[in-house]
Amino acid sequence: MYPEYMMESIKMVEKTRPKRVEIAKIGKPVVEPMKLKEREEILNRFHPDYKADARRVLRIGPNKGEKLTTKVSELLESHSRISPDDIDLSNVDYDVDVLIIGGGGGGSMAAIWAQKQGVKVLISTKLRIGDANSMMSQGGMQAAVNPHDNPIIHYLDAIGGGHFDNKPELVETLTMDAPMIAKYLEELGVMWDKEEDGVLVTKAGGGTSRRRMLSCRDYTGVEIMRTLRDEVKNHPEDIYVLEYTPAIELIMDNKDQVAGALLYQTETEEYVVVRAKTTIITTGGYGRLHIQGFATTNHYGATADGLVMAYRAGAKLLYLDSVQYHPTGAIFPEQILGFLVTEKVRGLGGQPVNKFGELFVFPLEPRDVEASAFIRECTEREKGITTPAGRAGIWLDSPIIDILSGPGTIQKNLPAMVRQYHRFEIDISKYPMLVFPTLHYQNGGIEINEKGETTIPNLYAAGETSGGLHGRNRLMGNSILDYNVFGRRAALHASEKAKTVKLGKLHLDHVRNYEKELKESGIETKRIAPILLPDYRNFEVIRKHRKEFDPFLGGGITGWYEEE
Amino acid sequence: MESDQKLIPVYIMGEKVMVPEGSTIIDALEYAGFQLKKGIGCREGFCGACATVYRLPGDFKLIGGLACQTVVEPGMYLAQIPCTPAQKATYNIEKENPDVSSFLKLYPEVFRCVSCNTCTKICPQEIEVMDYVNAIIRGDIAEAADLSFDCIMCGLCTMRCPAEMAQYNIALLARRLFGRYLTKRSDYLYERLKDIADGKFDKEMKNIKQLSREGLEKRYKERDLDFDIT
Repeated sequence: MYPEYMMESIKMVEKTRPKRVEIAKIGKPVVEPMKLKEREEILNRFHPDYKADARRVLRIGPNKGEKLTTKVSELLESHSRISPDDIDLSNVDYDVDVLIIGGGGGGSMAAIWAQKQGVKVLISTKLRIGDANSMMSQGGMQAAVNPHDNPIIHYLDAIGGGHFDNKPELVETLTMDAPMIAKYLEELGVMWDKEEDGVLVTKAGGGTSRRRMLSCRDYTGVEIMRTLRDEVKNHPEDIYVLEYTPAIELIMDNKDQVAGALLYQTETEEYVVVRAKTTIITTGGYGRLHIQGFATTNHYGATADGLVMAYRAGAKLLYLDSVQYHPTGAIFPEQILGFLVTEKVRGLGGQPVNKFGELFVFPLEPRDVEASAFIRECTEREKGITTPAGRAGIWLDSPIIDILSGPGTIQKNLPAMVRQYHRFEIDISKYPMLVFPTLHYQNGGIEINEKGETTIPNLYAAGETSGGLHGRNRLMGNSILDYNVFGRRAALHASEKAKTVKLGKLHLDHVRNYEKELKESGIETKRIAPILLPDYRNFEVIRKHRKEFDPFLGGGITGWYEEE
Repeated sequence: MESDQKLIPVYIMGEKVMVPEGSTIIDALEYAGFQLKKGIGCREGFCGACATVYRLPGDFKLIGGLACQTVVEPGMYLAQIPCTPAQKATYNIEKENPDVSSFLKLYPEVFRCVSCNTCTKICPQEIEVMDYVNAIIRGDIAEAADLSFDCIMCGLCTMRCPAEMAQYNIALLARRLFGRYLTKRSDYLYERLKDIADGKFDKEMKNIKQLSREGLEKRYKERDLDFDIT
């Protein structure tokens, strides 16, 4: 429940609500959307990417000399986890056609489509298959499937949202393949939200000029991911899933092609050599790097492992100077700090308001613009609400949804959100949610073309780890679509290629060379990457406690603890 | 972590550890020096990877929950579970029937349900697990799909079931059958697919791809918005 002083502010939100309902009912934007020039201004002044130390020059590798997000530059200027001399590549543990690194949505979709081409597939993943950001997406998937919309409008929305930096051929592929993906997923058994007559329900999203978001209640990510995972497991004769065994370096051959990867079993601490004719990286993004100290909506495994491996092997990266902050991450209660409050809340009519209950921005600007407006409201304008932990946020007025579309709309469309807040005794159909931008998405990544090919032979990438499709800002609903469209595409082309590839002698010289380059550039660091698993331990604190408390108080686990 | 936080004792795999009050189990484990390699996932209650069981002082019951969503209590006895081994049938969705026959063939153990309701009681999503199992037994696939929709496949039901079935995999089959066979298809979607196959958008796509940045910005600005929320 909210503390008393927050309830005071909520009263003001309630007071302005009837008027805001009236405005919303007219059917026009409740606040005038920003012009391109206004967007540029607010981004320059308030978006975290534009801070002085947000970016720094990368000193080694194919993108040497470019300014990247500081944390990314640091990640890439790291040592390998291995010393190549210690690894015996002559002992190949698995010999497959297609190796897929990463068991999220992109990896699963790729595995299914590679299997259809008659090749043998191995998926390497650090946790279990399906343990990924794909599972967490709540809002939906864009696809121009209804008459008022079409792929051209989808194209415009996506490329405008990305500040016109998107690679056109990728956006074309995305938007033209989208309806086919919607149909394919339905045939797999995905339960899209539908009208009585079977028409797919579409909702608005930030930066979309049409209602284009397909959804599965607010478990869209779960529904698609669990279905894809089930389908992967329906093909044990062709797809081998190696869980808890992430890749740590790519393996090359003497023809300068990618030829598989070195894996690492996190429990037994063994190395596993996989030789593969083609390799697809689907390792997702970097939320767990906590760029600029931001909380994140991301999965525990989002440590950008694929970027590091691909870069060491010589693949080019694109647009890694731009980070997506989701406008609405929870900041109260403290236990759910950074939790994603789906954009669908605003798609359904939810409104962001300040501590006085005032609307201050069009609710569905592209994410970077919306997030910047929230930051401006909390900093320069000082109209945010401060939590007991000292964080400022703005109200996301959810109760207005039931007023606009009838009681029960929230429960029906946002069951996951309702459940999340209910755990902390907050009823979001009665009270607003307190939110602030949170680290959400890696806009750029390993550069790919419309076949999913990277800039080095036999290496493909798909999904959040790839770069170019979303330009410098992804729109809501284009990431689920991304991993499906490009997971499939990468699989089709990687499988085809695998049929003609002849591999030579395996080596890890690229790792040696990278270490050499680090040294020659004068980079002295103890950083090791890929990170694989984030580390939130604090031994100092726990050692201190051990000294302070009496282990005999309460009787230990054989007698139950009782409050002294 | 702030120094003035109130600390409470919990037992992690036997060791008594002081952790901040209000922490989730996952946060408490990390605070206590564990780097989790298994049994952890999205940390937002969406992926089911951190399903766990624990006991509380003075209570004989084994309690289940998601470690990322459950707040620690004094005296809690914790041990993180890596994963649930569960039966998963392999099948071809194109060849299954959306009725009880598929379950008889793929998951005959579902008919061993003794209606004890243990599954429902332990479900962290508060799903009526036993009710959907019974719906499947009755052949009501639509009901089972609807009731089980919020399942995040954490496996707690499966770990506790005296009939030893993997409810969450069985429910997934029900939903896939429902999604594929028992919902109406959108005519608009098939018209759109035909338009794309016929190349209806090809010319305009080609034009728009060749626009200069200025030309593209102009087109973008000129596009009309439609925000009727109803």
